[in-house]
Amino acid sequence: MKTKKKTRFPLPELYIILLLLLFYLPILVVVVFSFNDSKLFQWSGFTFSWYEKLMRNQTIWQSFATSLQLALLSCGASAVLGALGAVGMAGRQFKTKGLLENVSLIPIMVPEIILGMAYLTVFTLFRIPFGMVTMVIAHTTFCVPYIFINVKARLTGLDPSIGEAALDLGASSRRMFLDITLPLILPAVASGALLAFAMSMDDVVISFFTNGPNTNTLPLQVYSMMKMGVTPEINALCTVMLGAVFLIVALSRLFRVRRKRS
Amino acid sequence: MKPRAKIHDRRKSLSPAVIPMYLWTILFVAVPLFYILGMSFLKKAETWGVVMEFSLESYQGIFNPAYLKVFGQSLLIALLTTLITLLLGYPFAYFTARLPKKWRSIVLLLLIVPFWTNSLVRIYGWIILLQGNGVVNSALLGAGIIDTPLKLLYNIGSVLTGMVYALMPFMILSIYNSVEKMDWSVVEASRDLGAGKWKAFLTTTLPLTMPGIMAGCVLVFVPSVGLFFISDLLGGGKIMLLGNLIKNELLSAHNWPMGAALSIVMMAVTLLLIYLYKRVSGEKSLEGLL
Repeated sequence: MKTKKKTRFPLPELYIILLLLLFYLPILVVVVFSFNDSKLFQWSGFTFSWYEKLMRNQTIWQSFATSLQLALLSCGASAVLGALGAVGMAGRQFKTKGLLENVSLIPIMVPEIILGMAYLTVFTLFRIPFGMVTMVIAHTTFCVPYIFINVKARLTGLDPSIGEAALDLGASSRRMFLDITLPLILPAVASGALLAFAMSMDDVVISFFTNGPNTNTLPLQVYSMMKMGVTPEINALCTVMLGAVFLIVALSRLFRVRRKRS
Repeated sequence: MKPRAKIHDRRKSLSPAVIPMYLWTILFVAVPLFYILGMSFLKKAETWGVVMEFSLESYQGIFNPAYLKVFGQSLLIALLTTLITLLLGYPFAYFTARLPKKWRSIVLLLLIVPFWTNSLVRIYGWIILLQGNGVVNSALLGAGIIDTPLKLLYNIGSVLTGMVYALMPFMILSIYNSVEKMDWSVVEASRDLGAGKWKAFLTTTLPLTMPGIMAGCVLVFVPSVGLFFISDLLGGGKIMLLGNLIKNELLSAHNWPMGAALSIVMMAVTLLLIYLYKRVSGEKSLEGLL
């Protein structure tokens, strides 16, 4: 394509850099002002005091623990449901397969608020008390598709006769699953679960409709703090959260590079 | 002979492994959705809850001018969000896909990382930037460009900024995927046959990347009608989205049938969009969207 090499104006590169800078601008602002010695957004000196305040804030730590518990529980439950579902559907053609697939994907296809309102009303109808249980149900439901899709994609690349060979040779279905299918799909389950975990930790809308009186998640806590007004304590909290994400990304990159080399 | 037949039967039958997901989907997806579908045809009780009486009240209620206004506003914001993300995101995705491989993955990583951080954190950054005494105003005042602080927050512009910012990665990634998969020899052929740069782009690149554009548009449009917290925080309660309306009907007005009817309309529109996407793009499964 590029036969004649002229020195051109680096418009594409500039555009990419400019837009990326714009993406990082709000994040940068949050981080910078978490160290600001004033409640106003004018720089007046460096301080760690907002972090100290944050450390002492029991409500925030409580909500963080709730979020973590919720994400782990729903991630685990959805990993089992989604992975088993994808395995059970691979290479099979039962009548309601297409329907089941489409319906199970609805939670991540339609705006979250629909699922949120459906759960609010249904749980009220059946008098299920709002709290961790209702939140785990709701989060599991929207986490299942992420794992299901990932595992399904992994399985479509595989020959179903591998498993069938094992069956022909006399292995039980359980044996076949544990010895052949599971090792093959495990990376897909893990990457799906990671995505589901992130989605659960980040969710505002569905938690908003399903949480109980004492089960504020971290995003809900941040949301209510933000509605009350802007304080640098939120900046500090946001910076910590950003730091955690960047650390995880960096670690996973490092891990991947290592694995590629070995 | 016998094992073959066994395997054939196996392929037709429902595997026990599917049962948990099957039950879960019926119990926690199908039942709740049918429940709100049913509820949307019921009457609102005087104080709280619903009366078991068939009524089209809620659907008629949607044509109330106050609701229609919110519908219009929400639709406008969703359309503008989709348009802006498309116009800004397309060049980004296109240019990124044409970068050397090493740089491509770095740019994509840089794009996705902020997207993994909590969406509220990113909205919060915009509040600090756009506030009356915020960063943008301070900078403009300091530079002597303006005399009085601009009203940047709590209007349609700030809501749009937040929406575009939150949903941009969906658009860029969808388009990027289709640009990357594209067969460049088609573009070369059109160039060889004498088409100018722009003509080649409009007649080959653009149609070839249409599936990505459409996927991106669906992925941006659908959530943008429901993200009530963005309009709450950046619109200061002045900008109502369909999501805000549903939330208010449920929690403040206690009009469940109305909230249900609004959700059903929203869901119908969404599923219609997805159906259209599948028809036009020829994508068989929904996963093309993800």
